[in-house]
Amino acid sequence: MMRFEPREYRPLYMMALAPLLAIAAALVLAGILIAIAGAPVIEAYRRILLGAFGSRLSATETLTRATPLILTGLAAAVAFRARVWNIGAEGQFYFGAVAVAACGSKMLGSLPALILIPLLLIIGAIAGMILILVPLWLRLRFSVDEVVTSLILNFIAVLFVSMLIDGVLKDPMAFGWPQSQGVVDHAMLPKLIARSRLHIGFAIAVALAAIVYFIQSRTVFGMQSRAAGLNPSGAAFAGVQLGATLVKVACLSGGLAGLAGAIEVMGVKGYVTTDLSPGFGYAGIVVAMLANLNPLGVVLAAIFTATMFVGADGMSRSLGIPTYIADVTVALSLLTMLIALFFTQYRIRRWAR
Amino acid sequence: MGALIDIIASAGLWAAVLRIATPLIFGTLGALLCERAGVLNLGIEGIMTFGAMIGWLSVYHGADLWTGLLIAAFAGGIFGLLHSALTVTLGLSQHVSGLGVTLFASSFSYYIFRLIVPVAGTPPTIVPFQPVAIPGLSTLPFVGPALFTQTAPTYLAILVALIMAYILVRTPVGLAIRMTGENPHAAEAQGLNPMRVRYGSVIAGSALMGMGGAFLTLSAFNSFFPTMVQGRGWICIALVVFASWRPGRALFGALLFAFFDAFQLRLQTAVQGVPYQIFLMTPYILSIVALAVMSRRARVPQALMQPYRRGER
Repeated sequence: MMRFEPREYRPLYMMALAPLLAIAAALVLAGILIAIAGAPVIEAYRRILLGAFGSRLSATETLTRATPLILTGLAAAVAFRARVWNIGAEGQFYFGAVAVAACGSKMLGSLPALILIPLLLIIGAIAGMILILVPLWLRLRFSVDEVVTSLILNFIAVLFVSMLIDGVLKDPMAFGWPQSQGVVDHAMLPKLIARSRLHIGFAIAVALAAIVYFIQSRTVFGMQSRAAGLNPSGAAFAGVQLGATLVKVACLSGGLAGLAGAIEVMGVKGYVTTDLSPGFGYAGIVVAMLANLNPLGVVLAAIFTATMFVGADGMSRSLGIPTYIADVTVALSLLTMLIALFFTQYRIRRWAR
Repeated sequence: MGALIDIIASAGLWAAVLRIATPLIFGTLGALLCERAGVLNLGIEGIMTFGAMIGWLSVYHGADLWTGLLIAAFAGGIFGLLHSALTVTLGLSQHVSGLGVTLFASSFSYYIFRLIVPVAGTPPTIVPFQPVAIPGLSTLPFVGPALFTQTAPTYLAILVALIMAYILVRTPVGLAIRMTGENPHAAEAQGLNPMRVRYGSVIAGSALMGMGGAFLTLSAFNSFFPTMVQGRGWICIALVVFASWRPGRALFGALLFAFFDAFQLRLQTAVQGVPYQIFLMTPYILSIVALAVMSRRARVPQALMQPYRRGER
């Protein structure tokens, strides 16, 4: 028999190596699935890489796709660090998106861009915060596990958005297609690189990753939120206001997810449909775990995830492999990352009787 | 008001209640079994999706319906094994591991489905389970068509609920499961192996989840399409809390929930001028309300979500 023995310290190289090994293992496992489908594995991965970074256009496309993933990844990372299990980023994303679509056309459209854009971003973030406060309130008031409530709220949120874009926010020019009215042209985020879809939302997301990193490692609030996650009773004993800390953490998390939705509308689409997000909220969980909840790592993990999604599109067309291979690889990398993290904490020993 | 009474007085509504409840009964019982042994299984949504896909695919490729259901159960058990390996052997976070299983199982289902069944205008179909009229009872006025002309898996689901209630409360196996969920150290002191009990419960529970998913494609509908499980797994997790971790109440909770769902479907056509999304939201809102009402009163298994490591407190 064998047993697991806790390591006394976790060497830095192991922490850096864990995500790389996890991704490598996930790629090998997904490679088996590609091989079963009868396609050349190495060629498939070469095409994924080429599809994601082969040209200036595809590279900007990948970074555009990474933008919402950075934000939902940060949303999951800050929440999980404090053991607030916010699985509702998908719903918060839609709330942020629809809030921007509602306010960004007739209501506030006459404001100049310099005021309008920051205002809309704040509105999107607040919409996300409002939605996350429901499961948090249920947890604090009725001790309901927020995982289930935030998951179920995702379905409610999407139906709510569907109702709005089929009703009061419906674009009359969309030929009956359920689609929201568009935001005014000057509410669209400026491009980061000309003649591409890459917008300054990417820069905002990266900057926010740095800010969240600073908050978590250098401020009292960051310390308190980590303490609340590691040892709630100990933190309370040391004078941390648990309830207030969790509310702040949740607002930060929901705000980031709402902002992701706002930025996706203002940077890419200009309007809201119910397929605005191909699961950005859920993928954010994987991104956060791959980064081991480190805000700076989130940026890299989001780019990896976006690479898989964008690259798989082209590869799928040419080799006939379903695009779902990207989702499979990303999900597998979450599982392999969990195992890799385990072995940074424990080592295997023979069971000594 | 008259319209409401007409809806409730129609045998069709009650037949639909049992039909809608069936996947929820399987799923809720499966999640309940896992949690009674101390393991939260958030893989349920993905396992139901995979069960729906593999059950359908087996029948599509010539297996008979019962074999399809069995294959779905077996596949569910495999995912249960994966979840146990991560949460019982390695003692990883049950939340994150379960979500990982869900993400993997559902994307894997879509991948296999797309690989074998290319995109088509209308999805291919199978011949699903046909209603079985129970001799004698099905000819009763109203009650007969309402309750006794269901497909076979529906009767099976109710039977499983009764069997599980018996096993958990009346047998040594049930005592072992409950003890492991309440206090694994005490269970080990009694000569039980908590690890093994947890593995067994999670695998069996996941098999039930797989069957719940397969009911969707083999009885309720006759084809598979992505996102068809639609949060039913999460509703099952909520129903377990609503049921206070008791199989009998789980059966009742699933039926109650299905009643509201069947009712709102019929209300949609009866009531004009209200957006249909409002009706579709009600089941989800109800399950959150049920959680809020019941969470305080519920008797949570004391060792739920606590990994057990031999010799560690």
